[in-house]
Amino acid sequence: MTAPKSDLPQGTLDLLILKVVDLGPVHGYALAQRLEQASRGVVQVPEGSLYPALHRLENRGLLAADWKETETGREAKFYRLTRKGRKQLETEAASWQRLIDAIALILGMANGGAR
Amino acid sequence: MNWWQRLWRRKQMEEELEKELRFHLDQHVNELIAQGYAPDLAQRNARLAFGGQEQVKEECRDARGTRWFEDLLRDFRYALRALRQRPGFAAVAILTLALGSGATTVMFTVINGVLLKPLAYPDADRLVTLHGKTEKYGEQWGFSYPEFLDYQSTSRTLGSMAAWTYGGGTITKPGEAEYLFGRQISSGLFSVFGVPLVKGRAFLPEEDQRGAAPVAIISYSLWQRRFGGSPQAVGQQLVLNGRSYTVVGVAPAGFRLDGEADLYTPLGQATEPRMQQRGAFFIHVLGRLQSNVTLAQAQTEMSVIARRLALQYPKDNQGRDMVAHPLSQEVVGDVRPTLWLLLGAVSLVLLIACVNVASLLLARAVSRERELAMRVALGASRGRLVRQCLTESSVLGISGGALGVMLAFVGVHPFVSLWPGSLPRAEDVQLDWRALLFALGVSLLCSFLFGLAPALRAPARNLDRALGSGARNLGSTRRLHGVFVVAEVALAVVLLVSAGILGRTLLRLLSLDPGINTRNVMVAHVALSPVVLENPAEARAAWEDILDRARRFPGVQSVALADVVPMRVGEDAVGYWATPSQPPPDQTPLALTSIVTPDYLKVMGISLRRGRFLNEQDRAGHEIAVVIDNNLAQRAFGESDPVGKPLWLQGMPSNPAKIVGVVGHVRHWGLAGDDQSRVRDQIYVSFYQLPDPLVSFLSSVMSITVRTSLAPLNVAEPLRRELRGPGSDQTLYDIHTMDDLASASLDRQRFLLWLFGIFAALALVLASIGIYGVLTYLTNQRVPEIGLRMALGASARNVIRLVLGQSFGMIVVGIGIGIFGALAGGRLLQHLVDGTRPVDLSTFAIMIPILLATALFASLIPARRASRVDPMSALRQE
Repeated sequence: MTAPKSDLPQGTLDLLILKVVDLGPVHGYALAQRLEQASRGVVQVPEGSLYPALHRLENRGLLAADWKETETGREAKFYRLTRKGRKQLETEAASWQRLIDAIALILGMANGGAR
Repeated sequence: MNWWQRLWRRKQMEEELEKELRFHLDQHVNELIAQGYAPDLAQRNARLAFGGQEQVKEECRDARGTRWFEDLLRDFRYALRALRQRPGFAAVAILTLALGSGATTVMFTVINGVLLKPLAYPDADRLVTLHGKTEKYGEQWGFSYPEFLDYQSTSRTLGSMAAWTYGGGTITKPGEAEYLFGRQISSGLFSVFGVPLVKGRAFLPEEDQRGAAPVAIISYSLWQRRFGGSPQAVGQQLVLNGRSYTVVGVAPAGFRLDGEADLYTPLGQATEPRMQQRGAFFIHVLGRLQSNVTLAQAQTEMSVIARRLALQYPKDNQGRDMVAHPLSQEVVGDVRPTLWLLLGAVSLVLLIACVNVASLLLARAVSRERELAMRVALGASRGRLVRQCLTESSVLGISGGALGVMLAFVGVHPFVSLWPGSLPRAEDVQLDWRALLFALGVSLLCSFLFGLAPALRAPARNLDRALGSGARNLGSTRRLHGVFVVAEVALAVVLLVSAGILGRTLLRLLSLDPGINTRNVMVAHVALSPVVLENPAEARAAWEDILDRARRFPGVQSVALADVVPMRVGEDAVGYWATPSQPPPDQTPLALTSIVTPDYLKVMGISLRRGRFLNEQDRAGHEIAVVIDNNLAQRAFGESDPVGKPLWLQGMPSNPAKIVGVVGHVRHWGLAGDDQSRVRDQIYVSFYQLPDPLVSFLSSVMSITVRTSLAPLNVAEPLRRELRGPGSDQTLYDIHTMDDLASASLDRQRFLLWLFGIFAALALVLASIGIYGVLTYLTNQRVPEIGLRMALGASARNVIRLVLGQSFGMIVVGIGIGIFGALAGGRLLQHLVDGTRPVDLSTFAIMIPILLATALFASLIPARRASRVDPMSALRQE
C-alpha cells in the first residue's frame, strides 16, 4: 500500500513546480510524473491542475517555454526556469525551510512537555 | 508574451493549449498501454487522472489575465445586439439620457469656462483686486487717487499695483467724429496683468504725471478701424476731446477692463479736482501678489495700511478698511451662484432621466430573469452577471452621453448668447477636454446609477423557481419600481415648484410700479463738442441749443437732461442730512442724486406728491432747490411735511438747500433690484443751479431724455443727425428706450424662468413617461390576478380604480417628499434671485395639481388597458 496522501498546503504547488523545472527543461507530463515519483506518491495533484499553474508562472515571467521535439519525435512544450524564476525559487525555498524548522522545533518541544 | 500579445494572439494561444493538453493525455495513454492496459481502459484512466479537460482549459485561460477584457468585449457585443433587438426601448433611453447629459454638459462647459479655468493672464491666480470697505455700506470698489498712491508706495506684499477709472470722449481725428469708450490707467497696468502690447509700448511712469505730454494706447479694434491696422499707427496723432494725443502703443485684441474699451490714457495726467480729493472713491485698484505671499497675508497688510490712513486722514478714512479678492472673482461677478443653481437644476433633470432609464431597464431585467437564471445554472458567477448588466447599461449611458456631447457642442454657444446682459468670460467658454471628461464621467456615473438596480437583481438564489415559472416573485420589484416613481415625482415637484416660484416672481415684478412711465421714452448719452467742454458758459449754451432743437423736433413731446438714468448703469450717491450738524461720514445716509432739467418730471412721468418740481426759476444765484422722493421724506421727516425745510448735501457749495417738493420713488436699480439696493433715497437738483466747475464735469456725462409721440427709436436716428452741432462733432451714443431698460432689468429673472420652465416641462414629460412605463409593466405582471378578479365579478371600474389607486399612492408619497425639496429649493432661489419671495401656498396649490393630473393621466392608459383584460384568456395564461 502507498503512504497516506496529503493535500498540498496553499501556495506550495508553485514552489514544487519551480524546483522540478530547476532540474532541467521539462514538459507538463514529465513534470507530473516527477512530482509524484520524487515525493514517493505522497504529493498527488490532479494532473490537469498543473497546467493553470504552469501558465500562471509563465505569464508572471518565472518560467519560459519553448516547443521542442521529444525522444518520440512529437512536439511538446518544454518549460525552463528564468532568472527571475530562480530567484523566486531560492527565496521561497529558504522561507519554507525556516517555516519547517520552526514547526519541527515547536513539535519537538510539545513532546518534551508531555514526558 | 506580454498582456497585449496574449490578448491579440488569442487564437494561437488556444491552439497551443489544445496541443499541450493532447500531448499530455497521449503520453499517459501510451505509457499505460506499454504497462499492459487495454487501449480503451488506458484512455479512460488517463482522462480520470487528468481531471475535467474543459475546466482545466478555462483555468488556463483565466491564468492569462486577459479574461476580464475578453468578457467585456463579449458583453459589449451582446449588449449591442440586445439593444438592436429593441430599437424603441434603446431610442427612448438614449434620447432621454442625451437630453439630460447634454444639458448638464452645457452647464458644466459654461462653469468650466467662466469659473474654473484660470484667467488668460500669466500666473492669473496671483492677480487681486482691492476694495474699500466700511461698516455701514459694506464693500465698495472705489479707492481715492491719493489713497491708491499711498498703498502703492507702502505695500510690500503686492509686487506691483495699478489703478484705472473710466474715461473716453469724442475723437475727431483721424476720421469722423465718434464717441469712444476709454479707460484712464496708471502706467504699470499692462505689466501687472503681464500682457505685452501688440505694437509700441506701455505708458512710462513719467507720462503718468500731471502736465506730461498727452499719450494714448489704442485698442486692437480701434487700431483696425481707424488706422487700418497699419504698423505706422504708433507715433501718429489722434485728437480726443480737442486735445492731441500721440499713440504710443496698441493693446492686445480682446483686452478687457470691465468690458472692452477703445483707448487708454494715463490716469496721472487727469486734472479734475477729484484726483486730489481723499473722499472721492472712484479708482479701481488691482495688484499682483509677490511670489511667496498668500492672499491672507496681503489682506492683513492692507488692513494695517488702512488703519494708518484712518489715523492720518480721519475725515475721509475713518472706519475704512481694505479687502483683497482674487481678480477672477471680480471678473466673474455675481454669475457664480446662478451658474451653480442651473447646474443643480439640470442635474435634477438628469437624475429623473436616470431613474426613468433605470425603471425601463429593471422591467427588462425582470422579464429576462429566466435567461439570467439559465446563465447561473451554466456556471456564471453572480459577479459575472452584475458585470454583464453594468456593461449593458454603460453602452446605453455612453451612447446617450456621446449624443449629449453633440447636443452640447451645438447648444453651448446659443446658450451663452442668450445669457441676460453678457456672460463674463464668454470667450473662454469652450467644449474642451475637461468638459468631455466631465461628460464621460457623468455618463458612466449615470450608467452605474441606472444599471445597479437591475444588476443587483441578477440573483443566484431560487434558481429553480426562476427557471421553472418565469418571473412571479414580484414583491421586491414592485417595491423598487415604487421607489422609482416616488423619486421621479419628487424631483419633478422640486423643478415645477421652482419654476412656479420664478413665474410668480416675474409676474409680481412686472406688476410693480417702476415710478416712471416707460412708454415712448428714449435716453441717450450726449458727448458735447470737445471745443465747448472746456468753457462752462459755452457748455451751458450748447445744452440749451440741444434742448431747443430737440423740443422743436417732430415727434418729440418733451425733453430733459439728466446725469443718471433709471435702470441704466450709473449712479451718483451723495450724503445728506436734515439737521445743521453733519453726522460722522460713515453714518451719513446716502441718496441717489439726479441732476436734471425741469421737464424731467414730464418726460419720465414721475408722480408729484407734494409741493412742486424744479422749475425755470431755480437758476444760478437763487437758493438751491431740491426735490426729494417719498422714501427720503419718510426716512428723514416721518409724517411731517418736508416742503420748505432745509436739506444739507455733501459737496454742495451753498448749503443748505431748500426742499420744494416730494415725488414718487423711482425704481432706479431695476424692477427686481430696487428693494434690495443699498441707496434707496432720491434727490433731484436742477442742472441750472450748478456752479461752473460742476457744469464742466457733468457736461461730459449728461444724457438726454426724450418723450416722443412716435415709436422712440424711429426718432433716434434723425434726432442724432439734428443734434450734431455746429462743428459736426457732437455725438449721441448708448441709445436706449426706457421700455428696453426696464425689461432688461428683469432679464435675469426672465432667463431663469425660461430655463426652469423648460426643465420643469422636461421633468414632467420624463416623469410621465416613467410612470406610464412602470405602471404598464406592473399591470402586465398582474394580468392573471386582474383576470381572476374580473372572473370573480370585479367590474372594469373596479380594475381602473385598483390600478389608479396603486399609482396614486406612489405619486402622493413622491409629492410629499418633493414638497420638502421644493421648500429648500425655494429658499435657495430667494437667496439667489432678486425679488423672490418665500414659497407660498398658492405656488404649491397651482403646481401640484398640474403634476398630479399629468401623473394620473399617465397612469390612466395602463389602467384602462388592464380593465379590458379578457378574464378567460388571462386565466389561461397562468
